[in-house]
Amino acid sequence: MSFATPTLRLTEEQLRRIVAHCYDGLPDEACGLLGGPVTASGEPTGVITDVYPCANSDASAVTYTVDSRDLIKAMRHSEDAGGALVGVWHSHTHTDPYPSETDVRQAVEPGWLYALVSLRDGAPMLRSYRIRDGEVDETAVVLDR
Amino acid sequence: MAVEVRLPTLLREHAGGAASVRADGGTIGEVFGALIDEYPGLAGQLVDDGGSLHRFVNVYRNDDDIRYLDRLDTPVTERDVVSILPAVAGG
Repeated sequence: MSFATPTLRLTEEQLRRIVAHCYDGLPDEACGLLGGPVTASGEPTGVITDVYPCANSDASAVTYTVDSRDLIKAMRHSEDAGGALVGVWHSHTHTDPYPSETDVRQAVEPGWLYALVSLRDGAPMLRSYRIRDGEVDETAVVLDR
Repeated sequence: MAVEVRLPTLLREHAGGAASVRADGGTIGEVFGALIDEYPGLAGQLVDDGGSLHRFVNVYRNDDDIRYLDRLDTPVTERDVVSILPAVAGG
């Protein structure tokens, strides 16, 4: 299969923070935002410089909404750093790391990377997608040290 | 008194492609009313049928979410910047 661009590039430490926040959120879904550099046209390069764990204001095991105050704080921080918000991650506590119908319907940022962390099995599984016009395309994920 | 309103990518198509627009009003609700008069495509995007803030948008006066202020009655001056961000949500 071929992957969509860009490749999501995380450090091992960032992945640990993402996964830890997902476990901390149980039994509810957990969510957070990703910040990083963008190209001149505003497209994410896929490199992540900041991971922003956020509150799930739905406090739900089946849906999430990034807390609105966490959202603006993360946006300002990423812009002050010369980048932008480039993606969001959330956990699926009992299902595959694949966007649900709700995820696809509510995806509003065609440029973003949408990362899913499944906690269904013993080992957490992270996958990354672009969601554009209702179409889901998986991107590769590379872990840097 | 004109207040700057920053629009998310998603709503710019309803405002002639602008990232930032100015509209008159002393409260967020008045500013939205003036905006919708000028850009009717924004109707239904900001305020729901009951006249409340749409649940899928976040509106900030500077960096403060107006849901934690006085919602659409939150006062604004020309020194304030109103930012609209779509809710980041899913299931």
